[in-house]
Amino acid sequence: MLAIYVVLDGYDFGAGIVHLFFAKKEKDKKAITNAIGPFWDANEVWLIASGGVLFFAFPTLYASSFSGFYLPLIMILWLLIFRAIGLELRGQIHHRLWETVWDKAFGIASFLLALFFGIALGNVVRGVNLGMVENGVSAHEAHYFFLPLWNPTFSPTAAHLGIIDWFTILLGLVGVVTLTIHGANWIIYKTNSDLNDKLRTVIFRLNFALLALVILSLVVWHVIAPKPFLNFIETPWLWIFPILTLIGLVGLFWVKAFKKDGIGFIFSSLFILGGFASTAASIFPKLLPSTNSINPSLTVYNVAADEYGLSVGINWFIIAFILLIAYVFIQYRVFKGKMDDIGYGEH
Amino acid sequence: MEDMLFYDRMQFAFTITFHYLFPQLTMGLSLIIVYFKWKFLRTQVGHYNDAAKFWMRIFALNFAMGVVTGIPMEFQFGTNWAKFSELTGGIIGQTLAMEGMFSFFLESSFLGLFLFGEKLLGHKLHFVTGFLVFLGSWASGFLIIATHSWMQHPVGYEILSNGKFVLNNFTALFSNPWLLPSYLHNQLASLVTASFVMASIGAFYILNNRHSSFGKLFVKTGVVFGLVSSVLVAFPTGDWAAKNVVEHQPVTFAAMEGLFETQDGGSEIVLIGQPNVVDKKLDNKIAVPNILSFLTYKKWDAEVKGLNEFEPENYPTNIPGLYYAYHIMVGLGTLFIALMAAGAIQLWRKKLYATKWILWSLLFFLPFPYIANTTGWYTAELGRQPWLVYNLLRTSEGISPTVSSGNTLFTLLGFIGLYLLLGMLFLILVGKIINKGPVTTEA
Repeated sequence: MLAIYVVLDGYDFGAGIVHLFFAKKEKDKKAITNAIGPFWDANEVWLIASGGVLFFAFPTLYASSFSGFYLPLIMILWLLIFRAIGLELRGQIHHRLWETVWDKAFGIASFLLALFFGIALGNVVRGVNLGMVENGVSAHEAHYFFLPLWNPTFSPTAAHLGIIDWFTILLGLVGVVTLTIHGANWIIYKTNSDLNDKLRTVIFRLNFALLALVILSLVVWHVIAPKPFLNFIETPWLWIFPILTLIGLVGLFWVKAFKKDGIGFIFSSLFILGGFASTAASIFPKLLPSTNSINPSLTVYNVAADEYGLSVGINWFIIAFILLIAYVFIQYRVFKGKMDDIGYGEH
Repeated sequence: MEDMLFYDRMQFAFTITFHYLFPQLTMGLSLIIVYFKWKFLRTQVGHYNDAAKFWMRIFALNFAMGVVTGIPMEFQFGTNWAKFSELTGGIIGQTLAMEGMFSFFLESSFLGLFLFGEKLLGHKLHFVTGFLVFLGSWASGFLIIATHSWMQHPVGYEILSNGKFVLNNFTALFSNPWLLPSYLHNQLASLVTASFVMASIGAFYILNNRHSSFGKLFVKTGVVFGLVSSVLVAFPTGDWAAKNVVEHQPVTFAAMEGLFETQDGGSEIVLIGQPNVVDKKLDNKIAVPNILSFLTYKKWDAEVKGLNEFEPENYPTNIPGLYYAYHIMVGLGTLFIALMAAGAIQLWRKKLYATKWILWSLLFFLPFPYIANTTGWYTAELGRQPWLVYNLLRTSEGISPTVSSGNTLFTLLGFIGLYLLLGMLFLILVGKIINKGPVTTEA
């Protein structure tokens, strides 16, 4: 569900970044807000639902990670609020200054959100000092921790870790580039704006950067998390996820040749979903690795709720999920095709 | 430790108070909008449809505010109340996740269609989407209050040796005796807010001599819905909710009523007075003998337990706060019934739109249902203290062990600043909508 959230809200963030860097003309900005306007809030609901499911299925993980990543999570909340009001308030008053302020709020918040989500992924891969062990003694219960925003050395291998270090920043950049491409693909798919040709070039160029960043992160991944391929060697069918990721990435080099506007979006979605699945497959069964040898990593086995609760939960979850798919289907049916003329946010 | 608990509680209290300013309007308002759409379908009078459209715009703005301020609520269970989440997540996580998956998705998906899809869908389907929005928002309230009820009166659980609460009976969560009275009481209170807002804006238009035909419709609808809901919110639903407190949290009830000592031969009801916690008495009180016993047990001389019968460590932590919150709610509730009854009498005599004092009162009563709803929730939440899960888990045991008070103070200040900005923007935009007013579409 979290992966679906990133695919869906990810294009909103990406559109925001495109809006910040590439949309110079009023017409282009309008095209972008039209393309995401009717969708962003329903996309954000996936975040709430993912949080809720995490809460009841893995209460210990929810408690541990939400309190440990306290500062970045609260900042993500603030950014989500700025993203929302930026998008919704812009059209309310027609004045150049008012529009500029909310354009920037929307764009910068989207950029930072993409960066933060990449950094978050980096933190999960790298692991945290569970129990806050100091000189071989846990200062807290085995599954609790707290991370400051950064440590003075910005090193992912230091004794005192921070949220932001050079490894997580690297993944943050992967996040920004990936979602920029993803957002640009969505805009191409949903609009006929003049921007589209320019965006195809942007995607083509950024894809080289993305390829380089992905290779670089895979190399340093070895330094941070030992034996990342162990699961793949033991269970070969898992290779399907990295292969799908690669197809998504390589496919985007042909962005200028696609006959239909939606194909690019499919490839970037494939890259994101595949990347998520590969990461999960690589650290499985861990959900949050421990960087010390005293307290065990949090795994799907030691943080799950009790059996009765999970079995009841899965029943209503399936019903709810079918309903969700139906709603999404109805919503995208009604707002299908190009959206240049809906005049989102105009009053 | 004390500091940490204080800032965690302040942050939750501040963000939830601000958040609930919006859903309390949207839940009630969605019902009245559905009523307008239904009237339109029945009578084919375009006036009703135009009224519905006007209120939809106010609804949408409030809904958006509710969404952006609601996400921090869910996050805070994990960020600030990690221990509580870890221990009880297997139970309250269920109802909270269901809220997101069932009701919130329903509401937000169909709101988009309801707002932008009238031409596309036709009037009948458009009515259906409106009804689904109403259903989603009321289901949302139900699941949140199911969570609240479990904390007030835990059911269907067992406690493992490691202190974790696990669910052993899913349906018990919904047959909890605390749930139905609280839910009905809360939904009717939400309808009170919506009715007063409607009547208030209607009165504003009439007094201003603008959009008068809409103004009359809004005042009339607001007064009728308002009278029914203000009466029902007090009796029987408020009475039911209070009986739950008497039965399951007698110490809370004693503190709410400011009853420091058990009184022989029946308890008096306090109308006004200031609790003096040091000397354990009420200062400057005005009270009527035996009424409290009668209201509680239907017997004039029944014994109502005073605070003296309980252990001080189980007293609600803020007795004066609880007492004032409860009395403000009850006092305002009484005024609501009086004002709406006066309005209804004048409406029946066909003199309402010319009775200036009622119109002015309606206009200026706008903030009071918000205050009554907020103090009502303070009564419930302060009354549960010092417990997070009543009688089982203390509030001080639920906070995140690793988040320092400095960090929470920082984020609390951030929320205050950000919500101040949000509040100002909201007022500007809602002012714009009201100033523009409803638009009559040519049939």
